[in-house]
Amino acid sequence: MSRKEELLQDVVIKFAGDSGDGMQLTGQQFTNNTALLGIDLATFPDFPAEIRAPIGTVPGVSGFQLRFSSDRVFTPGDLCDILVAMNAAALKVNLKSIKPGGKIIANIDGFDNKNLRLANYPDGVNPLEDGSLDGFEVTKVDVTKLTREALKEFTDLGTKERDRAKNMFVLGLIYWMYNRKLDNTIDFLTEKFGKKDTILRSNIKVLQAGYNYGDTTEAFTTRYKVEKARMAPGTYRSIMGNQALAMGLVAAGERSGLPIFLGTYPITPASDILHELSRHKSFGIRTFQAEDEIAGISSAIGASYGGHLGVTTTSGPGMALKTEAMGLAVMLEIPLLIVNIQRGGPSTGLPTKTEQSDLLQAYYGRNGECPMPVISASTPSDCFDAAYEAARIAVQHMTPVILLSDGYIANGAEPWKFPKAEDLKPIEVTFKEGLSEDEPKFMPYKRDEKLVRPWAVPGTPGLEHRIGGLEKQDVTGNVSYDQDNHQHMVKTRQAKVDKIADYIPLQTLDSGPEKGKVLLLGWGSTYGSIKSAALELQAEGLEVSHAHIRYLRPFPRNLGEILRNFDKVLIPEINNGQLIKIIRDEFFVDAKGYNKIMGVPITKGELVSAVKQMLEER
Amino acid sequence: MSTTIQTPLPTLTAKDFATDQEVRWCPGCGDYSILAQVQKIMPGIGVPKENIVIISGIGCSSRFPYYMNTYGMHSIHGRATAIASGLKATRPELSVWIVTGDGDSLSIGGNHTIHLLRRNFDVNILMFNNQIYGLTKGQYSPTSEENKVTKSTPFGSIDHPFNPLALAMGADASFVGRSMDRDPKHLQYMLTRSHQHKGSSFLEIYQNCNIFNDGAFEIFTEKSTKPEETLFLEHGKPLVFGASQNKGIRLDGLKPVVVELGENYTADDLWIHDERDFFKGQMLVRLFDDPNKAGLHYPRPFGVFFETDRPCYEDVMAMQLEEAIALKGKGDLDKLLRGREVWEIAG
Repeated sequence: MSRKEELLQDVVIKFAGDSGDGMQLTGQQFTNNTALLGIDLATFPDFPAEIRAPIGTVPGVSGFQLRFSSDRVFTPGDLCDILVAMNAAALKVNLKSIKPGGKIIANIDGFDNKNLRLANYPDGVNPLEDGSLDGFEVTKVDVTKLTREALKEFTDLGTKERDRAKNMFVLGLIYWMYNRKLDNTIDFLTEKFGKKDTILRSNIKVLQAGYNYGDTTEAFTTRYKVEKARMAPGTYRSIMGNQALAMGLVAAGERSGLPIFLGTYPITPASDILHELSRHKSFGIRTFQAEDEIAGISSAIGASYGGHLGVTTTSGPGMALKTEAMGLAVMLEIPLLIVNIQRGGPSTGLPTKTEQSDLLQAYYGRNGECPMPVISASTPSDCFDAAYEAARIAVQHMTPVILLSDGYIANGAEPWKFPKAEDLKPIEVTFKEGLSEDEPKFMPYKRDEKLVRPWAVPGTPGLEHRIGGLEKQDVTGNVSYDQDNHQHMVKTRQAKVDKIADYIPLQTLDSGPEKGKVLLLGWGSTYGSIKSAALELQAEGLEVSHAHIRYLRPFPRNLGEILRNFDKVLIPEINNGQLIKIIRDEFFVDAKGYNKIMGVPITKGELVSAVKQMLEER
Repeated sequence: MSTTIQTPLPTLTAKDFATDQEVRWCPGCGDYSILAQVQKIMPGIGVPKENIVIISGIGCSSRFPYYMNTYGMHSIHGRATAIASGLKATRPELSVWIVTGDGDSLSIGGNHTIHLLRRNFDVNILMFNNQIYGLTKGQYSPTSEENKVTKSTPFGSIDHPFNPLALAMGADASFVGRSMDRDPKHLQYMLTRSHQHKGSSFLEIYQNCNIFNDGAFEIFTEKSTKPEETLFLEHGKPLVFGASQNKGIRLDGLKPVVVELGENYTADDLWIHDERDFFKGQMLVRLFDDPNKAGLHYPRPFGVFFETDRPCYEDVMAMQLEEAIALKGKGDLDKLLRGREVWEIAG
């Protein structure tokens, strides 16, 4: 059968099914396959908090959205070109995110009476039959039946086991549709199931069956191709945010000469950092799964006190538990890295959904006057640089540092032009080695020009000293309740953090003119959406610029100047308006917010409209 | 703790372990004696001063580090055990001492205490038990007896108290002991034993709070009652007590019974203390009845209840790192960054 081949520039595909259907794995495999072809991409895994919500129900739907393009992409896309729906619930959940005229590939078996009922469709209503999908191009495939058929000869596999390979059928079919090879997935399966021959062979068989089905069925008249993206020359790999963050920590350890100690407690969506780091023992990395969040940070404080780089990783509820210990670290003035992979809050909130709602907590959420530097990561690969930089500030300024990421970039993937180890600027660390001749006694709180006190670790003869959470006398570090001293120390701790602004880069514009009508000011994971919106608005000739803040506390010295170069400032955030409060407070700028608090990223389209509306307002 | 001495150390005295800070416990506090005994044994334990770290939480006892001329941290309430865990995990060569109280280690920090014990970090926990909250001025603690009238329990406490050593045994502590502030010799011995033990040592020290709970342990410390009410454990020796060493404890099947020595029983009939016997240790920590209640009761044991050898967390952790390096070679950052699958974009 002859088929058309069509060249596409940009495709958004979403795999959606029950959380037991293996959609995350399917999406990741397609992602890797796409990345290896040099096509630019961004992903958005979207899964329920329940490990296995009741099968077939709306809460049990797990999705994986992938956008790939021969142009640069900065977001996983607003709406999908193709939805793969493994059951009725998956269609129901995702129907509103398909482009008008978009394609739906539906697994017929997932739309039987039972599944329709589980997805809460009224009796007798089947969206595949009732014409409600007329605005889309629907292809019905009996994935379950075809999978079982492909595995006929695997007599030692039960029906349940056969059905588990359904996702491979879909993957094979999509590979066919986009003109892909199966090699990388076959390699992956071989590594995963190498020891279980039957499972391995059955998965490969179904993968090929899906591919061949595309080739032989007449349901699909067109195959598509997306060319390589025009990206900066170099060597690339695919990377997810938490993985990049973990590698940033490994790199910081290697380039500072400090062994890394991670004290942590499992929590979604931060646990993958623990998983990743626990594999890298050959780098001398110690990972300690503590009994709770408080022990996680406390053990990290102990490690830093001992001269290692203490790190703790968590998400919102864990941050709340760690706050007292953060205060201790501020008082002790020792290096410590606190990583918060934000999720929807408050309380347990939306564990698997993204939000940027812990910024004010990071800024202010401790007892007493307790300033700490705050750094944020803006894309999956940027988590590497953000972690490296946060570690640098912690050890060079003897301070705990909060690094903010979120569920969206933690689990999202993108191509990464990874650095060479030698290109990473070494992180210089100084320990106090002993008393010099003009020092009769060690003064643990004597500061240098950065207002930083010496790092004197146990085991160093002559520097025996005591530190603690009680207020310190300036210079000596002895306990002091003196009123003037307390005022001085509060001011000094603040000045020390403020001074870090002299040791970070100035703020730059990500895109757009230096002066103009609207500045889009963002931080964290909104980067891709804001960048895409800004580029589109600029292409329309509008005076819109984009600045994205990595250094949230202290701000870069020139941030105020940049803000004043624009008539209006719009601050998009996935929260109820947090950065905007700080910006208004610090710079007296009448910034406006664009706030979406739905557990999902802001889309480019929304932002473009918001800016246009702003431009129309006089 | 390691008992080997690597290099000859300069001869230090207790004074070398004192700091220039004024000690600020209430006059008459039992903490003074404990501080003095710790300072006394330190020169003899074979560890250079700079390798000793004392970590405390919050409470009266937790001021301890300020008075010891070693490395020290006065941390936050209940977390000394967790901080010490991180320090010991990364710096196994240090001699780490945790100074804590009954509130700090059994109430707000109870969780970290039991987890430290099960992991068996090689640290020494000195748990000053005064059965009261002193620093917050007199509320009942998790070791206060039932019906205790305190500031927060004007009608008497309805909390059932912890038996700290039973808790430690339950958490698989590898060294469990008890001593008291008013028996300096015994306390010095127990501190030394705690230090010598390789693994987590849990040493409960009865400490008199003369302001808010004066005389809580009088019956065990006063000359007139001490011989009848206390039982000093010695490895390999029968459980004998009494003013003229005329009483003993004998095991009647699985039940400990107090007997008079003489006509019916001799020392040979008694329970012989074996520090290495886990089951006997479990029973010994249960000799814990209220001596002020009428009727026959057991004397309160002091000494080493139980000791065993078990791998220490920090050693196994270090071993895993060494094994990983032996197996894969030292980590190669470039290899890690590159990962498994890469692609080239040509210029």
